[in-house]
Amino acid sequence: MLDKIKDFASWFFVTGDPLIYGADIAIALTTLAIIFVLTYFKKWTWLYREWLTTVDHKRVGIMYIIASLLMLFRGGVDALLMRTQLAFPDMKFLSPEHYNEVFTTHGVIMILFMAMPLMFGLFNIAVPLQLGARDVAFPFLNSLSFWLFFMGAMLFNMSFVIGGSADSGWLAYPPLSEMTGSPGVGQDFYIWGIQISGIGSLMTGINFIVTIVKMRAPGMTWSKVPMFTWSVLSSCVTIIVAFPVLTVTLALLFLDRYLGAHFFTMDGGGNAMMYINLIWMWGHPEVYIVVLPAFGIFSEIVATFSKKRLFGYASMVFAMMSISVMSYFTWLHHFFTMGSGANVNIFFAITTMIIAIPTGVKIFNWLFTMYRGRINFSTPMLWTIAFIPCFVVGGMTGVMLSVAPADFQFHNSYFLIAHFHQVLIGGVAFGYFAGLYYWWPKMFGFKLNEKLGKWAFWIWNIGFYVCFMPQYFVGLDGMTRRVSTYSWDTGWWAMNFTSTIGGFLMGLGFLFQVWQIAHSIKFMEKDTTGDPWNGRTLEWSIPSPAPLYNFATTPMVTERDDWWEEKERIAAGQAPKAKPALEPIHMPKNSAIPFIQSVCWFMVGFGLVFHWLWIAIPGFIGVFATMLAHSFNYKSDYYIQVDEIERTEAAARRTV
Amino acid sequence: MKLATKMMRRFAALALLGGTVLMTSGCQSMIVFDPKGPVGAHQRDLIYFTMLLCLIVLVPVLLLTAWIIWRYRDKKGSKATYQPKWSHSTKLEIVWWGIPIIIILVLAIVTARYTYMLDPAKPLESEKKPITVQVTSLDWKWLFQYPEQGIATVNYLVIPEDTPVKFDLTSDGPMNSFWVPQLGGMIYTMSGMATTLHLQADEIGEYMGTGANFTGREFGKMGFTVKAVSDADFGDWVEKSKASGNALTEQGYQQLAKPGTSDQVTYASIPDGLFGRIVHHYSMSRGASAGIFEKAKTRSELQEENPAGEEEQTDSTKAEDEHSGHSMDDMEGMEGMDSMDDMEGMEGHDMSNH
Repeated sequence: MLDKIKDFASWFFVTGDPLIYGADIAIALTTLAIIFVLTYFKKWTWLYREWLTTVDHKRVGIMYIIASLLMLFRGGVDALLMRTQLAFPDMKFLSPEHYNEVFTTHGVIMILFMAMPLMFGLFNIAVPLQLGARDVAFPFLNSLSFWLFFMGAMLFNMSFVIGGSADSGWLAYPPLSEMTGSPGVGQDFYIWGIQISGIGSLMTGINFIVTIVKMRAPGMTWSKVPMFTWSVLSSCVTIIVAFPVLTVTLALLFLDRYLGAHFFTMDGGGNAMMYINLIWMWGHPEVYIVVLPAFGIFSEIVATFSKKRLFGYASMVFAMMSISVMSYFTWLHHFFTMGSGANVNIFFAITTMIIAIPTGVKIFNWLFTMYRGRINFSTPMLWTIAFIPCFVVGGMTGVMLSVAPADFQFHNSYFLIAHFHQVLIGGVAFGYFAGLYYWWPKMFGFKLNEKLGKWAFWIWNIGFYVCFMPQYFVGLDGMTRRVSTYSWDTGWWAMNFTSTIGGFLMGLGFLFQVWQIAHSIKFMEKDTTGDPWNGRTLEWSIPSPAPLYNFATTPMVTERDDWWEEKERIAAGQAPKAKPALEPIHMPKNSAIPFIQSVCWFMVGFGLVFHWLWIAIPGFIGVFATMLAHSFNYKSDYYIQVDEIERTEAAARRTV
Repeated sequence: MKLATKMMRRFAALALLGGTVLMTSGCQSMIVFDPKGPVGAHQRDLIYFTMLLCLIVLVPVLLLTAWIIWRYRDKKGSKATYQPKWSHSTKLEIVWWGIPIIIILVLAIVTARYTYMLDPAKPLESEKKPITVQVTSLDWKWLFQYPEQGIATVNYLVIPEDTPVKFDLTSDGPMNSFWVPQLGGMIYTMSGMATTLHLQADEIGEYMGTGANFTGREFGKMGFTVKAVSDADFGDWVEKSKASGNALTEQGYQQLAKPGTSDQVTYASIPDGLFGRIVHHYSMSRGASAGIFEKAKTRSELQEENPAGEEEQTDSTKAEDEHSGHSMDDMEGMEGMDSMDDMEGMEGHDMSNH
């Protein structure tokens, strides 16, 4: 009996690597610490009432952001492990198996569990406030989206200590990701982790499209919608077309693995290239999904910190919308070298390089927003400025990659790695950092410390260039991606070593950001204005942090940058816009169902990963039971009465 | 504010310095920019051209950015114009929609021409008759068959200089990518499909080759050497290989195809039509009988076959080495690849031959 348990444990838990044991201990201690703190300070009810069951978009947004920053740490540690291995290839710091798991999880986590939730967090924080809305269109669904993402991410992360992680690359090409190539459970963790959180992403896409289309404040015609909201719309349009493709692709891969189907195996009539086409039909739009909102953030910040109207509003909108459409016609450039004919390669080369046109236009528009402005170098603006050269260079190498015959020399090399890190870090990470700094006071009521923020900024940026510039060169020297070791006679060591130093500098930059947040929580003064950056859009017209109901009375929009124009009018001595009388506000009630249903989904995923139907079936039943329970819940709303609104507003006014 | 601009200036200087050092030190040694064959040379020219075309936009934009940030920074008593409401100019927008459109148009035309010219399946123009090499990517090694010469090698290639080489490529296992940067760009190897790549070496020398698409555990050890030699040396090498007596049999291939790394190996003869059968096997899974037959299996099937969960250790390479008579060390001036001491096979893999 004891032997059986021992056998099971050594198969069930990942063993043998001191790094993993370290992680086991760290996870156990952290869990204990969290339980202790919650119990000692009697915070369990608080956690349940205020967070687990909340349907408030601002709180959902904050939870997304916290989760994504944790994932940024996890993905960052993965990156540093890889860089350490490549700096000392002879030291065998990571075994090849471990290295393969690390780069696979690094890719998945950074794109799906860091960039996506950070983006959704910012959507949640800013979009309803920019629209002058009380919440998103479907608050319950919004909460469900978050918990699905969270449970998917946890399921995926669990593979790190239980069962073993996926190791066939972040896009899991078959036949490597089939049972024959990856017999372990890691690939199933991958499928279910992404599948569950992917459903959440799709629902968020739908939710925000409806929010933006239906819930704009009166008077906010399409030509007055703030640029960030426009970017969210273009991103969500891409989400709702791209994510179903991912869902289907992973479902087919699951059928191959679970039932022995042959969708992607060469025998039995399947074809691995079908998977590769499908996964990139999602995968390439996915990078535009994450970068478009960053474009929106930059647009808001450039205008605010240059104290000037955004230049070329109409062409900005047109550029973003055209990118979101064109993103569907580029997937094949990920396999120019598969030996398809010249005509196919030419078509996709041209559709790919065409995207450089609207992107380039946006850069010029940002530059000319700053032109004849008054540029203030606060941290959000610093990240925005740093983005421009970084993205321009990354865009240039992207155009180089799109030239099909030249791509034959770049493909799967470190040149490619350097390119997409440059556009994803320079575009997405820098953009979301800028957004986080920018909206932080709106979320928490205080700004982040500028001095530490500047230190973090410079260390990050210097680290970035030290890390990724050498990778272009080592790629042109023949080093391919995903190699865990190389020999001395390749001459790649110096470049790799430099790159590793840069990687650790970026890690140091991240630590400065953590320090910045901790320091600011303790020492920063409360922002009493609600408008610390002298902002332009509606979110800055209400107190920070925003009250539960956001706007006491629905704002009437008359102009683009409505809040800025209002301030101008008041400064010119005109009377502020008349506000309607207070009325009771219709609000959604908290609900535990999203959390419970997501836990059930987690059980489904976990059960199917291990082929344990005794977990998966109760999970499925739970999912349907919670759906049923919710459909019979007729008490899902309540009203905030006028006297309570008055009290809240008076409290806010005393500080405002 | 002051701190920021000061640091920005320092940073720009640092980046410029670093860039220059990297460019001057790096460029000479980068093998993509040091091609030894016509395909690689064309690709290098194309890369230079696209780089130049992009730099035409990039450099002015970077300079403009620096100037705007400097000129319009918010400082006391700034004399720069401030126009907070200026947000539209049709003329300017036409300029910056127009310039990228023109550049992309030029690039698109050049790309189209080069794509036809460098179509990997297109034979190279040469007075000499091309030789054929059949490439199979295996876990985790490369098998190169010379059908005309009737010999084969593992993890190294010998080709005559100035002669076009027609590579027929496939994979027996996960897809990989065949890449010899100094001769030209890569092409995927995929099971059940045969891709074609034409390359030529203009100079005698040894070139690095590598697998570029991730294939699992020992993917990092899938490097190989390409040695371009004179026609006479190539003939000698073929004769010597044939005389080595180390035949590649069907069984030997099944053994070789099992997951595991390998040293360089030479085979004096190859089974007739092996390459075709490897390709055919996957594309026509019913009735074909060659190569290694890997059917996707569910976990329960795997457990049934291996109920105790024993980890089957297969060591294909050891078996190969036993009857490997002719190793690369016999060739003068040819260094073996860095020692591949790590030769354990992959565990828990069922490879039934049908």
